[in-house]
Amino acid sequence: MINAIIDIAPQLARGLSITISVLLASAIFAYLMAFIAGLCRLSQNTIIRKFTGLYVEVFRGTSLIVQLFWLYYAVPMLFGIQLGSNWWIGVIAIGLNYGAYLSEVVRGSILSVAQGQTEAATALNMSSFQRMRLIIFPQAVRMMLPEFGNYTIQILKGTSLVSLIGMTDILYYGDIMRSSNLSQAPLVYLLVLVFYFILALPLIWLTRKGESISRKGVAS
Amino acid sequence: MSEPIVKFQDVHKSFGDINVLKGINLDINPAEKVAVIGPSGSGKTTIIRMLMTLEEPTSGDIIVNGTNLWKMEKKGDMVRANEKHLRQVRGDIGMVFQHFNLFPHMTILENCMTAPIHVKKETKEEVRERSIQMLDRVGLGDKLNNYPSQLSGGQKQRVAMARALVMRPKIMLFDEVTSALDPELVGEVLEVIRDIAKHDDMAMVLVTHEMDFALDIADKVLFLDEGVIAEQGTASQVIEHSTNERLQGFLHRFRK
Amino acid sequence: MNFTYWSWDTFFDALPFVLQGLGITVGLTITCYLFALIFGFVWTFLRRVPNKLFNWVVTWTMEFIRSTPPLVQLFFIYYAWPMIPGVGFTLNPFASAVLGLGIHFSTYVGEIYRSGIESVDKGQWEASRALNFTTVDKWKKIILPQAIPPTIPMLGNYFIIMFKEVPLASIIGVAGIMLMANTYGAQNWAYLEPLTIVGIIFLALSYPSAVLIKKLEVKMNTRFDKNAVVKSNQKGAVM
Repeated sequence: MINAIIDIAPQLARGLSITISVLLASAIFAYLMAFIAGLCRLSQNTIIRKFTGLYVEVFRGTSLIVQLFWLYYAVPMLFGIQLGSNWWIGVIAIGLNYGAYLSEVVRGSILSVAQGQTEAATALNMSSFQRMRLIIFPQAVRMMLPEFGNYTIQILKGTSLVSLIGMTDILYYGDIMRSSNLSQAPLVYLLVLVFYFILALPLIWLTRKGESISRKGVAS
Repeated sequence: MSEPIVKFQDVHKSFGDINVLKGINLDINPAEKVAVIGPSGSGKTTIIRMLMTLEEPTSGDIIVNGTNLWKMEKKGDMVRANEKHLRQVRGDIGMVFQHFNLFPHMTILENCMTAPIHVKKETKEEVRERSIQMLDRVGLGDKLNNYPSQLSGGQKQRVAMARALVMRPKIMLFDEVTSALDPELVGEVLEVIRDIAKHDDMAMVLVTHEMDFALDIADKVLFLDEGVIAEQGTASQVIEHSTNERLQGFLHRFRK
Repeated sequence: MNFTYWSWDTFFDALPFVLQGLGITVGLTITCYLFALIFGFVWTFLRRVPNKLFNWVVTWTMEFIRSTPPLVQLFFIYYAWPMIPGVGFTLNPFASAVLGLGIHFSTYVGEIYRSGIESVDKGQWEASRALNFTTVDKWKKIILPQAIPPTIPMLGNYFIIMFKEVPLASIIGVAGIMLMANTYGAQNWAYLEPLTIVGIIFLALSYPSAVLIKKLEVKMNTRFDKNAVVKSNQKGAVM
């Protein structure tokens, strides 16, 4: 058994770089989308608000796997981008999907900063931009931390789907090993899960850290 | 007597179908201490919230330092004020709230320093010195680096006053600043207000239920009832010589 | 942009084909969901066992299941399960999906139950002890009737989340709308239209459900004046 693990683990580790790079890139992309869309949904401009609302509802209303396949087949057809850019398709699909969910977290956190904070900032003669930058946003970000942690774990789980569009991530190498020797399947997939769990551990830790930060330093 | 620093001219305010204020006319002179009393729901708070630009009047004019607060001139017409105009006019006004509204993510020193630095563009050193002075004055010089969550209600309210004072307002508004406090903490806050009233030459408007205190420090008392100023004058005029029955009833309930 | 690749003929040709899978997709969602609802109780029960070590093991087992990809868990059950020495029987794709997705989401559901139970006021526990209820009666008559209703909107959210995770099962061969779309795509080399149909079906079903649950949540919040439980956007919930 130990020998088998020593055999399998290095094979799976070959997929680490793809899994991690997709995780990082799609997380950053998702955060970016979250803040852009979250703020746009609070805009006074009706068209911007409606348009962003459409994006959020479409991506939250359909599955990540559907979006991934749709982009995988549609993007090369519509825009002439060729295979080899699968990494980008994975990152875009995951980023857009979780960006939509996280934008609701951004929006909700900003809205939940107490009204009194805005009023106090107004009484100190701050401009609306200063109010947002100095008072609302710093408090809202603290509130967002736990949810951003949770969703980053979701993003990690979501990265396993890129194996379905031919990216050589951890799961991809696991599948290869399973198909070459089916009797090894239990150990292979158990190790794949352990790999993902090890990647998730720092995220779990950060999420808990975020929870404790968000509990203090916010107006009730 | 000099020009009033604040003038309300036939100001009305309604929320939906409810008419809260039905024609307020009021002059506040520089350095004058005005107490606003009246039953709850009579629109006391709304008056000072409109002056702080937190609430827009439905009709009428509020003149601050000779400038119309909620209207501005544009190509010869008077139009609704934009943010720039509001910021220019309300710069001389400060406010203390019932629920303190301190910024929880900042230390109490930072609470005091943020606005002068970012809004008035003063230097950090200068603001820092003045903030420490103010916090000393309200008795919190030893808590500069504490966060609001570490303070009692009375202490929070004193920080809120220091924060407003650091901006050097010419008009200070107090919105039921002791209503949210435990009874034993009310005294320390009133002491600070009394100190400000005695030593600073700014105009003050106090909306309050602390009747004896208000009557004690106020130059002018307004009794607000059913959306209008039903009675106004010096404390002794209003209390001892008024024939307004509702005022007498109100005072009777509040003063044992 | 060039939309010459889009064909309405293909769209309407693919529509009935894809819709054949709708029954399986909905059926699988309901079955997985019921499994998760029941299995969630197991987690909640296990976590209440008053043994520190055991509690630690249960907590981290749940954490392990929750933070690793459900897709890998599906593969584990579908491919690896029969290979585990001494098992010797395979599970069909549908059963594998029920087990895989059901167990994955039961860890979330278990947490929801727990938050519901913990939200019951301490005085209620003391009162039921003071009134000398039996353990069964205490749970049946006092605790659960208060703990469950406030969690209903959150549980409803997980139904929608489950619905959107179910297409993963197409990868191990469950013939829902996702697999039908991919099959149509492979046969006709036209993926765009059938996949768009799948997207539209998901939107058409999940969006109204989400709105419905939001309404339910508002209703529940006013009925049960509690802020402890219904933190609606908890751990990947929809609305």
